[in-house]
Amino acid sequence: MLKEQVELNRGLAQMLKGGVIMDVTTPEQARIAEEAGACAVMALERIPADIRAAGGVSRMSDPKMIKGIQEAVSIPVMAKCRIGHFAEAQILEAIEIDYIDESEVLSPADDVYHINKRDFKVPFVCGARDLGEALRRINEGASMIRTKGEPGTGDIVQAVRHMRKMNSEIVKVASLREDELFEAAKQLQVPYELVEYVHKNKKLPVVNFAAGGVATPADAALMMQLGAEGVFVGSGIFKSGDPAKRAAAIVQAVTNYTDAKLIAELSEDLGEAMVGINENEIQLIMEERGQ
Amino acid sequence: MRIGILAVQGAFWEHKKVLESLGAECVELRQKKDMKDLDGLVLPGGESTVQGKLLRDLDMFEELKKLIKGGLPTLSTCAGLILLAKEISNDQNVYFGTLPVKVKRNAYGRQLGSFSKREYVQGIGDFEMKFIRAPYIEDAGEAEVLAKVDDKIVAVRYENQIGLAFHPELGGDDRIHRRFLSMVS
Repeated sequence: MLKEQVELNRGLAQMLKGGVIMDVTTPEQARIAEEAGACAVMALERIPADIRAAGGVSRMSDPKMIKGIQEAVSIPVMAKCRIGHFAEAQILEAIEIDYIDESEVLSPADDVYHINKRDFKVPFVCGARDLGEALRRINEGASMIRTKGEPGTGDIVQAVRHMRKMNSEIVKVASLREDELFEAAKQLQVPYELVEYVHKNKKLPVVNFAAGGVATPADAALMMQLGAEGVFVGSGIFKSGDPAKRAAAIVQAVTNYTDAKLIAELSEDLGEAMVGINENEIQLIMEERGQ
Repeated sequence: MRIGILAVQGAFWEHKKVLESLGAECVELRQKKDMKDLDGLVLPGGESTVQGKLLRDLDMFEELKKLIKGGLPTLSTCAGLILLAKEISNDQNVYFGTLPVKVKRNAYGRQLGSFSKREYVQGIGDFEMKFIRAPYIEDAGEAEVLAKVDDKIVAVRYENQIGLAFHPELGGDDRIHRRFLSMVS
């Protein structure tokens, strides 16, 4: 991938900042999401909560279904492929998806290798639980990072854990002496140049969003205050009582994430939130996929 | 100099960083109460549908429109250009409508159509332009054309407003921001 393409792909993620990316399964839901103020949509056949409930192998969505969503909206459309499944990624690139999510929500296709994302012109977003995972994905060519959280649970605890860990590790790298960066690179299992970037800039070289378990405007505000640059909402919207209203409220909460009075108003009468599952109640831990 | 940067969604931080490095004081506009004592305004890139909706939901729209119409120097990039345009050829929405041009949204297609190109900008010189799911201007009307790429208009100026289809905040070249600040002072 050319340097110029890397900048354009990272640049698209920069344009999404301060926004909410919503999971949708139909053109109708995509339109509701766009009207509610989504800055992009993630097209998939089943939202994570249903993937969890259905069990079995979960794969890339039907290209026809993705195309239907591309035609329904004018905002960027993302779609997921399985970890390591570069043929699925090639298909998504062929239908001109705007962003590919190499996602632990689907069943991994490779238990060793991630996709060599440098081979692609289209940008990738990947999940990460800590700085090492994030920099490894960026080294493979990811143009955007999100926390893994624990998808499809409506439980924010893992996303909080991942965001806090990432940020405390960034602060730590920034505070090291220059001659200590080589050891940090060894421990993080990443190239020295990426560690050096974090040391100098006190941030990742790409945009970092929160994902996995966001269900309320307060959840979104929490993640933004913890340093997320935007939010993915998966099951939280279309598994709730009033999707359009909840979606619009989360969008406003992300913009004004420190204004508690406004978020209080936004949180009124949203109907029922998605039914959550606690981390100790689930059998399938998606966050452990792909390290 | 106090520059307001619309910060409801998009790449506002990048503009802020460039302007602050040039010595301007920047305020992030997230609510109506933030729009006080501004000497200039930046409408950044992002998604115009989201920004347009939030401007209304947060009751910022009328106030900002009044400021722009009143002559507040305004720099708009990408989605910001769409917010200013009087007409959008492939979208029924019109937002501020203060810039007398017709734009086409997502005119270069999806992300695979995004590109960079070095071209001449009136009064600036050759400039590295990044187009990310960008619009272009189909008809510049009474606005002065500042730049074209492959025969398509990508930069205009009309009175107090500069409209750019590309992203000067991303390339590390601050000449356009300098020019904007000279309009402000």
